Amino acid sequence: MPTTASAFADATASDSALRRFLHGLPGVDAVGLEARAAALGTRSIKTTAKAYAIDLAISMIDLTTLEGADTPGKVRALGAKAVHPDPTDRTTPRTAAVCVYPDMVATAKETVGDSGVLVASVATAFPAGRAALDVKLADVGDAVAAGADEIDMVIDRGAFLAGKYLKVYEEIRAVKVACERADGTRARLKVIFETGELSTYDNIRRASWLGMIAGADFIKTSTGKVGVNATPPNTLLMLEAVRDFRLQTGVQIGVKPAGGIRTSKDAVKFLVLVNETAGPDWLDNHWFRFGASSLLNDLLMQRQKLATGRYSGPDYVTVD
Amino acid sequence: MSDARLSVFKTYKLYVGGKFPRSESGRVYEVTSGKGEWLANAPLSSRKDARDAVVAARKAFGGWAGKTAYNRGQVLYRVAEMLEGRREQFVREVADAEGLSKSKAGAVVDAAIDRWVWYAGWTDKVAQIAGGANPVAGPYFNLSSPEPTGVVTVLAPQESSFLGLVSVLAPVIATGNTAVVIASERSPLPALSLGEVLATSDLPGGVVNVLSGRTAEIAAPLAAHQDVNGLDLCGADEVLAKELQVAAADNLKRVLRPQPVDDWTADPGTHRLTAFLETKTVWHPTGSLGASGSSY
Repeated sequence: MPTTASAFADATASDSALRRFLHGLPGVDAVGLEARAAALGTRSIKTTAKAYAIDLAISMIDLTTLEGADTPGKVRALGAKAVHPDPTDRTTPRTAAVCVYPDMVATAKETVGDSGVLVASVATAFPAGRAALDVKLADVGDAVAAGADEIDMVIDRGAFLAGKYLKVYEEIRAVKVACERADGTRARLKVIFETGELSTYDNIRRASWLGMIAGADFIKTSTGKVGVNATPPNTLLMLEAVRDFRLQTGVQIGVKPAGGIRTSKDAVKFLVLVNETAGPDWLDNHWFRFGASSLLNDLLMQRQKLATGRYSGPDYVTVD
Repeated sequence: MSDARLSVFKTYKLYVGGKFPRSESGRVYEVTSGKGEWLANAPLSSRKDARDAVVAARKAFGGWAGKTAYNRGQVLYRVAEMLEGRREQFVREVADAEGLSKSKAGAVVDAAIDRWVWYAGWTDKVAQIAGGANPVAGPYFNLSSPEPTGVVTVLAPQESSFLGLVSVLAPVIATGNTAVVIASERSPLPALSLGEVLATSDLPGGVVNVLSGRTAEIAAPLAAHQDVNGLDLCGADEVLAKELQVAAADNLKRVLRPQPVDDWTADPGTHRLTAFLETKTVWHPTGSLGASGSSY
């Protein structure tokens, strides 16, 4: 972190310096980006490679429930599913984490226990992020105190779109401080840009760099609460950003597409993007995650198909 | 001018989920008339087309089964109306496919349309036949009502490409099931054209999905498919039928074994209508039966 901060000390010295830096990033070739994402999506992944990709994708899922109607019972069921996604086949890998609202962190933590599944909590007035900074920090503090291993924060899109980049930067820095625990360790911080609200690819690139220099451990596409969520092009763009950032600073940052990824085929396409853009170093659930809920069932059905040769159906996976 | 007019060849396509896709595999096969003349290229479906068809049928099931029986009857009658409007086309296709004269083919198409109307009438009457009030020793109403089985794979008869097809398909969907139909391997064109009729007759997309190709190739993954609830083996020969029954046993599919039909114009009876039904029985307390007898 200190290295990153000092490397970009000039850029973050003032609002205008930060603006100069972010607007100085090369513009995105939108047509080229979409064509590249589409071309990589046509790769055919079969047999053993498919089996590997399915297991990898399962292990990268942040199994998510973010509804007003979440009950402790639903969170417990989700936690149990994260630990044993397919009770009929114990060789199925665990998911990376469960992702819940802050008030459900304690329940989730209790359910996953020491299974190795982490608990991620959204915070900072998710999903809109429309609240005063101290309210957001209190939200983060609650989640960390309840035992969250990871915090998914949303940036203030209003400030970002109004060009107040330094405000967004400082908010991320403040949240990062709030992620510290009493024992000196720190919850990992994922920064959600809500790419569907940023309107242009240039903005997504700027937001990515802003998040990374502010100290995000992960950059995440979306909340899953708006019309446009994770798409192959915007994820490809963010993967390019983390690749370039590591080349420049030596610091590796994770990427998490979230929302709208429902089929195994989609998930495998994203894994191809990761491998071909950021590289195999990111093919690990420490560096790449899927924010999803229904995706897991589709991956499990595909896994059953590979194991038995028969097409599976929704009667053979849990209903969430 | 009329001499110079180019003929417009028809590209026959599958009917899946209310749309007309080509086979995912990109394959086609040549369909010939009863006399061996080339008629058209039909899609040669793969197991992935079968998988997509099941997904579409499953998606459509809740809505179709949830419609009132009366409404299902109206929709099916509408199908018959649309068939009537395209009678000439079906007469031509059936004549070509089965090597019949125009008048014989006309009689076959008329019989098929009549059969469709007949089954449309059954939608709100089958509950009275297959269900009922059961006498029980206690203060309860005990009612059995027939419910659709779910997604049913139908192997259409190989010889009777249209009347036979209608005779096995209509009873399956009349009761609220959704269907994946494998058309006659040698003569799939009437079935593929039926898809075009279904698409324009208020039948929700996915209720009927029509696949053409090698029956054995498409039927095998469908028989083993965990999300298919029923299997009508009408168009399977003895060897294939046995194979498919073994595969279908894995998730306890309801299977209708092939029964030889010599004359598709004969009265079909209700056995096809009741083949893919489950019985739901409801107990409802009537209150105590007092000394004076019934309290209701």
